[in-house]
Amino acid sequence: MEYLKKYPKLFQWFFLLIVFFALCFAIDVPETYKFIRGQAEFVKDPNQSVYFFLGKEVRYYAFDVFWRLPPLLGWLPIWINDSLFFLMNEWMPMEFWNEDTQEFKTRPLLLEISRNLTSFMTFLIELIREILLGGLETIVAFTSWDFIDAYPWLELPGLPWTIVAAGAAILSYKLSGKGLALFAGLTMIYISIFGQWKPSMQTLSFILVAAPLSFIFGLGLGIAAYKSKRVEKALYPILLVMQTMPQYAVLVPALVLFGVGDHAAVIITMVVAVPPMILLTILGLRAIPPEVIEAGRMSGCTNWQLMFKVLIPTARRDILIGVNQVIMVCFSMAVISAFIGAKGLGFNLLLALNQLNIGLALEAGLCISLIAILLDKMSLAWANKQTDYFGNLTFFQRNKNLIFFVASFVIGIILAYVGTIIFKGSFNYLFEIPHNKGISTADFWNKGVDWIFDTFFVYIKAFNTWLIQDVLQPMRALYLRMPAVATLVLAVGAGYLVGGVRSALVVAALTLFIALSPWWDRALVTLYMATFGVVISCLIGFTVGTLCFQNKKSAAFMLGVCDIFQTFPSFVYLIPVMMLFGITDTSVLIAVIVYATIPATRYTIEGLRSVPVGLHEAATMSGVNKFQRLTKIEFPLAFPHMMLGLNQTIVFALFMVIIGAFIGTEDLGQYILKALSDKNGAGIGLTLGICVAFIGLIFDNLIRTWVGKRKKHLGID
Amino acid sequence: MSETVIKCESVYKIFGQNAKKMLEESNGNVDAKTFQERGCIVGVNNASFEVTKGEMLVVMGLSGSGKSTLLRCISRLTDATGGKIFIEGQDLLELNNKELIELRRNKMGMVFQSFALLPHKTVVENIAFPLQIKGTNTEESISRAMEMVKLVGLDGRENYFPRELSGGQQQRVGIARSLAVEPDIWFLDEPFSALDPLIRKEMQDEFLRLQEKLQKTIMFITHDFDEALKLADRIAIMKDGIIEQLDTPANIVLNPATEYVRKFTEEVPREKVLIIEDVMDASSKDNLGDLKVSKDEIIENVAEKILTQEKLVGVVDSNNNIVGSIKPSKIIDTVFGGRKNGS
Repeated sequence: MEYLKKYPKLFQWFFLLIVFFALCFAIDVPETYKFIRGQAEFVKDPNQSVYFFLGKEVRYYAFDVFWRLPPLLGWLPIWINDSLFFLMNEWMPMEFWNEDTQEFKTRPLLLEISRNLTSFMTFLIELIREILLGGLETIVAFTSWDFIDAYPWLELPGLPWTIVAAGAAILSYKLSGKGLALFAGLTMIYISIFGQWKPSMQTLSFILVAAPLSFIFGLGLGIAAYKSKRVEKALYPILLVMQTMPQYAVLVPALVLFGVGDHAAVIITMVVAVPPMILLTILGLRAIPPEVIEAGRMSGCTNWQLMFKVLIPTARRDILIGVNQVIMVCFSMAVISAFIGAKGLGFNLLLALNQLNIGLALEAGLCISLIAILLDKMSLAWANKQTDYFGNLTFFQRNKNLIFFVASFVIGIILAYVGTIIFKGSFNYLFEIPHNKGISTADFWNKGVDWIFDTFFVYIKAFNTWLIQDVLQPMRALYLRMPAVATLVLAVGAGYLVGGVRSALVVAALTLFIALSPWWDRALVTLYMATFGVVISCLIGFTVGTLCFQNKKSAAFMLGVCDIFQTFPSFVYLIPVMMLFGITDTSVLIAVIVYATIPATRYTIEGLRSVPVGLHEAATMSGVNKFQRLTKIEFPLAFPHMMLGLNQTIVFALFMVIIGAFIGTEDLGQYILKALSDKNGAGIGLTLGICVAFIGLIFDNLIRTWVGKRKKHLGID
Repeated sequence: MSETVIKCESVYKIFGQNAKKMLEESNGNVDAKTFQERGCIVGVNNASFEVTKGEMLVVMGLSGSGKSTLLRCISRLTDATGGKIFIEGQDLLELNNKELIELRRNKMGMVFQSFALLPHKTVVENIAFPLQIKGTNTEESISRAMEMVKLVGLDGRENYFPRELSGGQQQRVGIARSLAVEPDIWFLDEPFSALDPLIRKEMQDEFLRLQEKLQKTIMFITHDFDEALKLADRIAIMKDGIIEQLDTPANIVLNPATEYVRKFTEEVPREKVLIIEDVMDASSKDNLGDLKVSKDEIIENVAEKILTQEKLVGVVDSNNNIVGSIKPSKIIDTVFGGRKNGS
């Protein structure tokens, strides 16, 4: 009894678990129950129950409500879908002038807006794409097809790859220095020689449109939210959901609204990339010391000057992290949006993965990753750039970068011209190396994969079988065996114990939404995969982080590694695991683990680092050894921050689990993927996405509440 | 009488939702306690004073006394809830945004406790910032900023970033920045409070040197009474938003208006604050000895000389006319017995 008095919380948790297990044992699986049944609404079956809501018919198999709740929200995806259809095709028809047919045409407002938006995006992408690769769409957009027929020389020729490579190197040199210039040059040469030039430039043109637009919108909305509480309040829930929404899920509604192609990809990328930018902008602006703002005011700044010369530069650390995130998301989306027809490396990557051509996939993946790292570093260097007022520079010194660029431009064109003579009748390698004419290491990698398979097949197979049969299958069965009521009780109870009534209500609402959707079983499978991934990731991440923290250099090194890994588009992680484990759940889980270990490691190191030096010294003076210091001082203090890492780990794991559907899993992701090819999929895709987001938000709420309380208790910030 | 630069007429600053209404209802009789019960916090309570050209007014008070709030009302970083503030005859509270910006760009400079430098700009860029905001071209603003760099003795460090400087150096940058536009009015909000005692003393001396050269109209905020005594032409002592006493350092030490002020003055070494004029006897000008002292001399500096005399010591003004006399015993009285007549 004394223990109970001493640790009342512990007792409460214990009690909660007892209730949970009691419920699990008390409620049996109904005999007719089939786990992970297909969507009921597509099957007609006399055993189904039916109800109507808002004029939508929902069919489902009824079971004991304690076991599985009826899908009372089953109408939602259909309703969303119909509403979207209505908005796009019937709502607010208006007369619009049509340039091509020279007459007024009646079109729904939203459709017209969408068409204008997409054509604007298409124009931007085409413009950059044609500067890099050549083409005539841009000219046509300003004039007409007849015009280009009359003056065919007006077609943009595209830049030879040598000029782009030199340009990238010179720009990198101007921004940062020799190191980055070398990296930029080598990256570009690599891309060109390996025949990835065209898809790379397509991807680049997509990103050069999507990233700046996302940045501008994110910054703008962030500023608006900073200035007005009302805007912030309106934005906040959307931001929260978008943070945990898998990028996949947004694709489907975009498909309906904006169609297929690069333009839709840009818009959807903005939808995904803008929220983190907004959040970080707000965060950065809020953290500015009030005296700096006053100093700006007293210097006589207008509001405009205050914002752009004082506030944003002062908050630039956080804003930069935002830019970094934007670039990360853009590359991630560059791959994912290949599903809705975006051209470029992502498309090649998906195609190669689909054909199980690991070598090709690896090359494309490497190119994307290299460009991602390059742009990331360049944006960082740009933000940190300083002007020197005192150098007494000559004209040449001041403009040497420009002069070098002009020189390399001329040389590049001469080379390209020389190329037409050397490579007469074949491809001009000095202009552009075609996709299939470069050096390809694909065969090498494919042979490597074959070799690995041949040599280690027995072991891999044994490991695979063991993992699936002895670990994953039982775990999955256990998760699915949970009655809905027991899960609800557990979630709400945890919410109450962590954050009181408020948290309990939030968690209850989020869980109920998922439970009342038609995909509860799938959500459980998603949850089981995510849990497995998170547990292993945290074990690895916390261990690696702690070990690396013992030494300053290794800690810095590890953070650098995390930075680079984080820049890789999430899809790239699937390549090596598919090399090793083929198309199995194991592959997905290993990708999940690798991907989710990044935040776990990072936050562990950062958390341990944030322990004040004074405490270290105090601990050392009390005569603790290294191990005691770690367990008694550093861990307890770093734990809240490490828990935030856990939060990120969960989000990362969920993303990867959903992406893993590409390999073939039976979770929510699979349905999202299915919805992509379904003409009525928009509602389903969106609702599924919200379900995944809510799983993330349940943990997010619990962890954040706990961390907040704990930090208050410990007196840190 | 030189011209008035800053003039406050019963300025109130009350934080809270219905502050304005409550102030109107109270008819200028603001009681902090009743306001607090109704959810309002009184920052500045009925402050009226004037600062003349070239004068340094030091506002002294402990934290939470409203001294920084008062300064922010006068620089209009926050709007006063009630009362009137005139800057060179202009009604500050009537200015629109544009006029306010003009005023700050040309007339005002401010130094902050935490330096408030822009982290992304170098020393010289920070100093040139107010000029560039005004629209001065780069070349001119940088050369002007370099002058300021020299003035505050930071030559050779103009390309450093704030994070690469010590606290004292950072505040030099802050001072240089506030002076870059050649303001007439100079606000300093606890500029030396974040510095080490030795550096603080050095900066105070430097500040006095600068002020001698520049002759700005200054409002200086501090929580350090010694600092106030050292720098001020006049001191305003604040408590709970109310100005308890506003007077010359000597008068504050000699005739503290309230118990609160007296507590501050208790430990003050009088001989360091008072000048001969404060303690001399202006009525008797006869029977003087050979020694003459200037009436503006601080007692400490001449005490030893006076104490060796047996006769009355003559006090002269700057034109060497005798304006009074002082007994050696008066010095002893002042230094050791001053605490008796402090009440």
